[in-house]
Amino acid sequence: MKDGHWRELGLSDDEYQRIIVLLGREPNEVELGMFSVMWSEHCSYKNSKPVLKMFPTSGPRIIQGPGENAGVVDIGDGQAVVFKIESHNHPSAIEPYQGAATGVGGIVRDVFTMGARPIALLDSLRFGSLKKSKRSRYLFNGVVAGIAGYGNCIGIPTVGGEVYFHPSYEDNCLVNVMCVGLIDRQDLAKGTAAGPGNPVMVVGSRTGRDGIHGATFASEELNESSEEKRPAVQVGDPFMEKLLLEACLELIKTGWVIGMQDMGAAGLTSSSCEMASRAGTGIDMDIAKVPRRETAMTPYEIMLSESQERMLVVVKQGKEEEVRNIFARWGLEAVVVGRVTDDGYLTVREGERVVARVPAKALTDSCPVYEREARKPAYLLQAQEYDLGSLPEMEDYSNSLLTLLSTPTIASKEWVYRQYDYMVGLNTVIGPGAADAAVLRIKGSKKGIAVTTDCNSRYVYLDPYRGGQIAVAEAARNLACAGALPLAVTDCLNFGNPEKPEIFWQFKEAVAGMSEACRVLETPVTGGNVSFYNETRGEAIYPTPVVGMIGLIEDLDRVSTLAFKNDGDIVILLGQNKDELGASLYLSVIHGLEAGRPPEINLQMEKLVQRTVLELIKEGLVTASHDCAEGGLAVALAESCIAGGIGADIILNEPLRASSLLFGETQSRIIIATPKDRVDETLNRLKASGVPYKVLGNVGGTELNITGSGWKVRLEVETMAEKYRGAIPCIMSS
Amino acid sequence: MRFGVVVFPGSNCDADCHHVVDRVLGQPVEYLWHGDKQLKEIDCLILPGGFSYGDYLRTGAIARFSPLMDSVREFAEQGGLVLGICNGFQILTEMGLLPGALIRNPSLQFQCQEVHLRVERNDTPFTLCYAPRQVVKIPIAHAEGCYVADRDTLDLLEREGRVIFRYSSPAGEITAEANPNGSLRNIAGIINEKGNVLGMMPHPERCAETIMGGLDGLRLFESLVKWREEGGAR
Repeated sequence: MKDGHWRELGLSDDEYQRIIVLLGREPNEVELGMFSVMWSEHCSYKNSKPVLKMFPTSGPRIIQGPGENAGVVDIGDGQAVVFKIESHNHPSAIEPYQGAATGVGGIVRDVFTMGARPIALLDSLRFGSLKKSKRSRYLFNGVVAGIAGYGNCIGIPTVGGEVYFHPSYEDNCLVNVMCVGLIDRQDLAKGTAAGPGNPVMVVGSRTGRDGIHGATFASEELNESSEEKRPAVQVGDPFMEKLLLEACLELIKTGWVIGMQDMGAAGLTSSSCEMASRAGTGIDMDIAKVPRRETAMTPYEIMLSESQERMLVVVKQGKEEEVRNIFARWGLEAVVVGRVTDDGYLTVREGERVVARVPAKALTDSCPVYEREARKPAYLLQAQEYDLGSLPEMEDYSNSLLTLLSTPTIASKEWVYRQYDYMVGLNTVIGPGAADAAVLRIKGSKKGIAVTTDCNSRYVYLDPYRGGQIAVAEAARNLACAGALPLAVTDCLNFGNPEKPEIFWQFKEAVAGMSEACRVLETPVTGGNVSFYNETRGEAIYPTPVVGMIGLIEDLDRVSTLAFKNDGDIVILLGQNKDELGASLYLSVIHGLEAGRPPEINLQMEKLVQRTVLELIKEGLVTASHDCAEGGLAVALAESCIAGGIGADIILNEPLRASSLLFGETQSRIIIATPKDRVDETLNRLKASGVPYKVLGNVGGTELNITGSGWKVRLEVETMAEKYRGAIPCIMSS
Repeated sequence: MRFGVVVFPGSNCDADCHHVVDRVLGQPVEYLWHGDKQLKEIDCLILPGGFSYGDYLRTGAIARFSPLMDSVREFAEQGGLVLGICNGFQILTEMGLLPGALIRNPSLQFQCQEVHLRVERNDTPFTLCYAPRQVVKIPIAHAEGCYVADRDTLDLLEREGRVIFRYSSPAGEITAEANPNGSLRNIAGIINEKGNVLGMMPHPERCAETIMGGLDGLRLFESLVKWREEGGAR
């Protein structure tokens, strides 16, 4: 091997030595390529594994935790939800449309690979400043169009997600896509290549040269030469995906499938060695049989291609012809390329010639695991200890509220979700923007599921542990506000370069915080994705561990949206107001400060507040519910007014400064509206629950009036709505 | 009344239409595979929304060449009821069963939103259950929904009363603001000369249950059943 060639492929000298030991010889070019992708962080989790062990991963409802293509959660009646989130950050930062589109395609395959029909997509997106950066507008526009182009075509509704704008994502946008599927438990398929002699088939698209070394590309920092890696970005064909989806689900129903896996990152290499490794078997295949759409492809290229819309399937011996027929009906190829063996080796031939022969487990399980050094970053102390007590109070809080409502991070995302078909499938009971979580029905039952993604990365930046706790808590709170019991988590951990001790410290702390919150809130982690190396020119993004969460609704007649609805309804705050301005959006937008500590969180209290709101919704006592997040109580009230097209009169006579009361982001707070004639019942239940609460006022009129001691916010709902709805379209059309 | 829902490889509203006819309307319904040549015995054929062949070319341009389409044309010409929704409407114009064409929205974006429609006639098989000039709320979800035709065609459609749905304000006014996609004369749905083929961009199947946000779309399906019960036949 040419001296140091492995380094160009992202392998260290030690790792190269380890490969020699594992093989008992030097690897050839094809084998080295296979090791380089399988041992990339993207495929191996070599830097993150020891930390990820902190996550609680089991629970009474968990059917499948981490390690498979997606997590699986029991929702009763023989049904289960299959879900997972994944990042496609680097491809999207280079080529936003295709990067985002193939991000959708990949995660959708992960879900139907398990045999589930995908029923919803969510996107957690982050870009640089929308107002100031032309590039961010370009990326934002392209990413949204790419998600729309792919998701709409395959007919899976995009029902929710989040979009944040912050300068730390200027060159390294984040595109995390979550897919949720529904399955009858008995149909659950896994990614294993069991049963020596069984045929191994490549189905779906033909293989081309696109996306070679995409996984390696995803595991390094972006820099000036990243543009040259555009060929490492795959190109999506949603129509092909739709065909593949229907054909695979039809195939699963036959009962002939032993195992199935998407050829995602690292393509044929990862799917074959992972399936063999899980089953403790080997695979012997002839890549000359792999259908190709380009001529003269080398074995190296075929093994490493990340061409989209392909699957590797192991079926019962003797069913090859039937399988071919199913795929042919959908206009797809299904070709036997090899057989399962019992020798544990991944043997790759081109015709008669063996071009690679590697123990399957060497590629998967033998990858070195690194205990990276963690060091608390220097910036934290200064930022956390910033004296927020001396901040000047504003003269006109009405203006501050309008400013926050027109900040792209808070403003209506209608410009985004209008481009997504969020209704196809006839399951979307509550679509984007209407509640704190999207709600989907389970046809043929009274049940539903609620889904959300959440992460406030400013919190994580200023206190990774607490930020991690809050990311989980907020996701669960959002589900509860919609009327769902939080069940389980999938996470997408976006961080900088883990080889830097400060970044690794952020990662470790955040995961520890998330783990604790998952334990207390009884929402185990079922899998997800780690995305490191989100850096450009040495500058890392804000640490962004996105939490995707699903919850169960027993009765769809008892769900809740955020809009105030009826004149005279009483507005009640669950939880307590505190003087906490640290890490708030208000500080950032109004004072240009990203400092202080994020708000405190008591997870037991959080759980109590959530369970209480859930109980109130089930009793039919809630006409509106909304959690207090970015922008605090004032923004939450304004959003409920805007959504309902109705005002509210609110009194906040607490001995706290106005800025904290209005815009502080104290946790575990939810506003609800309750019918006037049932307010006693509601208050009695609140008293009994032990949750602190406060009657704030009532719904009605055309203005939002918030009166404090010596200050007042007074705004026409229509004025707020114009700012809130107009902000993003206005920037994007300028 | 027997319904058939055509399934192209890239259809994605086929199951939704099937669901509404079967579960909500309570009428027998079958899928019709695009690759078959013969239609099954049906009274009403639905061309559902979706991306029939990926629609990388003009929308619906390839679907018209599907093996099944000769039978569909024959069925329509013999007076069979044909309902084309969204991509189905696009296919009907490509086949020449309806005049005009659907082009890119002026926004150049896919648009998924609720719109108001004014029902221009309630004496067709598709609109019997609506009140005269009723305003209904039905969602759209398309990137190519801008209806265009030359002036003579538009005048002909108007003269013959073949514009069935028009984008309108909630009060029923036909205004530019109420037009989501630049369709000429706010046209959202038209019928053929014989009145048995309807093409529309909005999705009636998406608002056919209370839990899905209303019943305005169900009325269209109910109209078909009522029309048949009242003696309308091929």
